[in-house]
Amino acid sequence: MFELIRANKRRAVILVTVMVILLGVLGYGLGLAFWHRPLAGLAIALVVWSVLALMTWFQGDAMILSASGARRIEKKDHPVLFDVVEEMTIAAGLPKTPEVYILDTEAPNAFATGRSPERAKIAVTAGLLERLNRDELQGVIGHEIGHVANRDVLYMMFATVMLGAIVMLADVGFYTFLFGGGTGGRRTSSSGGGGGQAQAIMMVVTLVLVILAPILAQLLYFALSRRREYLADASSARYTRYPEGLASALQKIASNTIPMPHANRATAGLYIANPLKTSGRGMSDLTSTHPPISARIAVLRAMNADTSYAGYDTAFKQVSGRAVGVVPFGAARDSKPTPARAPSPAGEASSTPASRRRETTNALWSAQGYRFIRCPCGTTLKVPPRFPRNTVTCPNCGRDHVLADAR
Amino acid sequence: MIGLWIVIAIVVLLVLYFIAQYNGLINLRNETKNAWAQIDVQLKRRHDLIPNLIETVKGYMNHERQTLEAVTQARTQAVNVTGGSVAEQAQAENALSKTLRSLFAVSENYPDLKANQNFLALQEELTSTENKISFARQFYNDAVMKLNNKIEMFPSNIVAGMANFKKADSFELEAPAEREAPKVSFSS
Repeated sequence: MFELIRANKRRAVILVTVMVILLGVLGYGLGLAFWHRPLAGLAIALVVWSVLALMTWFQGDAMILSASGARRIEKKDHPVLFDVVEEMTIAAGLPKTPEVYILDTEAPNAFATGRSPERAKIAVTAGLLERLNRDELQGVIGHEIGHVANRDVLYMMFATVMLGAIVMLADVGFYTFLFGGGTGGRRTSSSGGGGGQAQAIMMVVTLVLVILAPILAQLLYFALSRRREYLADASSARYTRYPEGLASALQKIASNTIPMPHANRATAGLYIANPLKTSGRGMSDLTSTHPPISARIAVLRAMNADTSYAGYDTAFKQVSGRAVGVVPFGAARDSKPTPARAPSPAGEASSTPASRRRETTNALWSAQGYRFIRCPCGTTLKVPPRFPRNTVTCPNCGRDHVLADAR
Repeated sequence: MIGLWIVIAIVVLLVLYFIAQYNGLINLRNETKNAWAQIDVQLKRRHDLIPNLIETVKGYMNHERQTLEAVTQARTQAVNVTGGSVAEQAQAENALSKTLRSLFAVSENYPDLKANQNFLALQEELTSTENKISFARQFYNDAVMKLNNKIEMFPSNIVAGMANFKKADSFELEAPAEREAPKVSFSS
């Protein structure tokens, strides 16, 4: 586990370094092209970056959660989900059970956020809870806990910020070229002399940089993101000892055609399945944050005999036909072969789509402040948060319930 | 003179190596202890839940006296060996798991019971506790393996021997076949 974290850290440092250099060069070039003060451009680039980075560090998780419309839920709102999160926390040996959030959308998806394992937060959609049985839910939560345990969340957040800063600067640069070129032009003429040609070359180089930098940064980001998805799948298989659970969950997620609201390019890397693409998920391309779901399922199904990191690596090589696996060498070396467990007995996985739907709806309502009153006649009354009266009458048997007693 | 410095350098390096190995062993031992504490918490939770379960189930399952008694007995046995050796506790807890599983299996024959909210909540709690025990066991056994490897392998075994580190017992199920469960389809 620690080997995996170390390898992840190394890669993150490389990524951040390359992105900082890209950002610096971009700022330098823009400063040179427009104001003849390359250092001023560099300073602006760094200021933009530090403001974004500070915001991410202190408010990143809150921003992502509120932007996606997530609501925090308690154990009593959805016991099964909480139990599964607790189980995976124990399996991963995390110091604290993450906070759990629910998203009111039919699209099945889930993501993790929070800059450290102590501040981890996991959000799942109502659509996911309705579709998956216990074993499948365990696989998905295992994947998200894997992101937390492998320290993916912080790096993805920072990579996102770097990307954001580069895109922002490039956009500013691009529009300056289009419309604001006058400022630069006047300065050029006032500086006068034979610098004209050098100036023109400089402009061209900067323009190329403005166009290329964001593309380069994105490709880098996507490559890293895809690898982390595979690794989180490997972690999930290791925690649950049951790769079929996640494979079957991914299959259900892949068959979904409902788009995920509130997701954008910045947060896409944090979801279990790419929230931006509902079609063409079978295709692998360089501009995707996630590997194709079909490939992920194939790897998981190929590893049934051994659920350790080494087992995932072997399955990955076998499925992809590549010589190099995704699991860092140390992590694969330290793992011993562990056979997969049997699926949960029928009695324990007795949830039906109808019962899951009811549980999910209850969790959503409860998260919105509805109060639940169980009437002795067997009816459950759901009272909205700002109900104007003190008592509510059961429509079935006519009993009056005093609201102060609720919950 | 140079010879002296080389000797000093070697001694310093050896001391540093010793310290690093010793701290590594302490770390692993603490990890093992923490992992065991986690198992302990879950075992205790299960012991506390079972009387509630028996109370809820009693009224519905008059014909399953034997099953209920077996669960109660296994629980008493498990509570009695709490704090004993790892092997002892593992055995008692496995017996308890087995009786609980047969209780849930026969509960399938009682539709009234399956409709009882209280029973369903308890069943989920116990299922999850059972899972947590097995995940905590998994984590504990990994930690034990790391610790024992370090104690046995050269050269860390020298440090372990000098500082008197003891190998830990892993928490094993009796037979792998016990975890085998009927195949369930995902169509539901």
